[in-house]
Amino acid sequence: MKIVVNVFLKAGVLDSQGKAVHHALESLHFNNVSDVRIGKQIVMNMNENDEKKAMADATKMCEELLANTVIEDYTIELVK
Amino acid sequence: MKVTILQFPGTNCEYDTEHAFKSLGADTEILWHKAQSVPSDTDLLVVAGGFSYGDYLRSGAIAKFSPVMKAVIKYANGGGKVLGICNGFQVLTEAGLLPGALKRNETLHFLSKHHNLKVINNDNTFLKELNKGDVVNVPIAHHDGNYYIDENSLQELYANNQVLLKYCDEKGNEKNPNGSVDSIAGVCNKEKNVFGLMPHPERAMEKLLGSDDGVKMLQGFFQA
Repeated sequence: MKIVVNVFLKAGVLDSQGKAVHHALESLHFNNVSDVRIGKQIVMNMNENDEKKAMADATKMCEELLANTVIEDYTIELVK
Repeated sequence: MKVTILQFPGTNCEYDTEHAFKSLGADTEILWHKAQSVPSDTDLLVVAGGFSYGDYLRSGAIAKFSPVMKAVIKYANGGGKVLGICNGFQVLTEAGLLPGALKRNETLHFLSKHHNLKVINNDNTFLKELNKGDVVNVPIAHHDGNYYIDENSLQELYANNQVLLKYCDEKGNEKNPNGSVDSIAGVCNKEKNVFGLMPHPERAMEKLLGSDDGVKMLQGFFQA
């Protein structure tokens, strides 16, 4: 099964890249954008049939390595 | 005085660091990241600068799982002195040995230049040769040097005199090159045996090369 992890800076932690891209979009006259956040996506193919186990493992991976929880939040999505 | 310097794949300041400590009279050893233990005669362990594991995922994120890091954590928790410079600072925050985290510079630029730093606290091994308020000039060279810590933890840092250095101008007025919270350039742990800073004191050892202010900083580790 496939697990998709998204990692973003926490709300309240300034996302300089998002801000720069927001400015660039405005200069292209996309004035309807109110906020831009940039994160990273980690896609993992797992040899695992147990969904619960896969989700539990992915959570552990995020806590230990994939995200730095001092500054980042993460979401985990299971793709069937 | 024996200084052990960690080397990960991608570390590139280990020889500068070795040169700096040798010039102050220390014995040095460069320790490859696959080592399982810290040499028992180590007086100071330095996590040198560079780009460990190519900064993949996050600066310092992969290095914290290198075999040697278990020994480093044990060494630090046993009271051993540890200094992280630049990428070494990032590795120590990732490993949980120092509070906070280092984000991409607010300007998004890689910064490589001399910068002034103000000594905020000197009641520690590292900066005891300097006075509070002293201004030192030391090179910075980083892309991810934007120090972040949440407000409560920041207050704890101040309460325990854990803020070591802040970025400033030549007169000591706060000047922030990278967006760090309160212009913080270096911190230590609560026990004051683990130190981390983004600037490179090991690159400020000779007036001829711009500054020798790093001498007074690194010398702090020599007297008990």
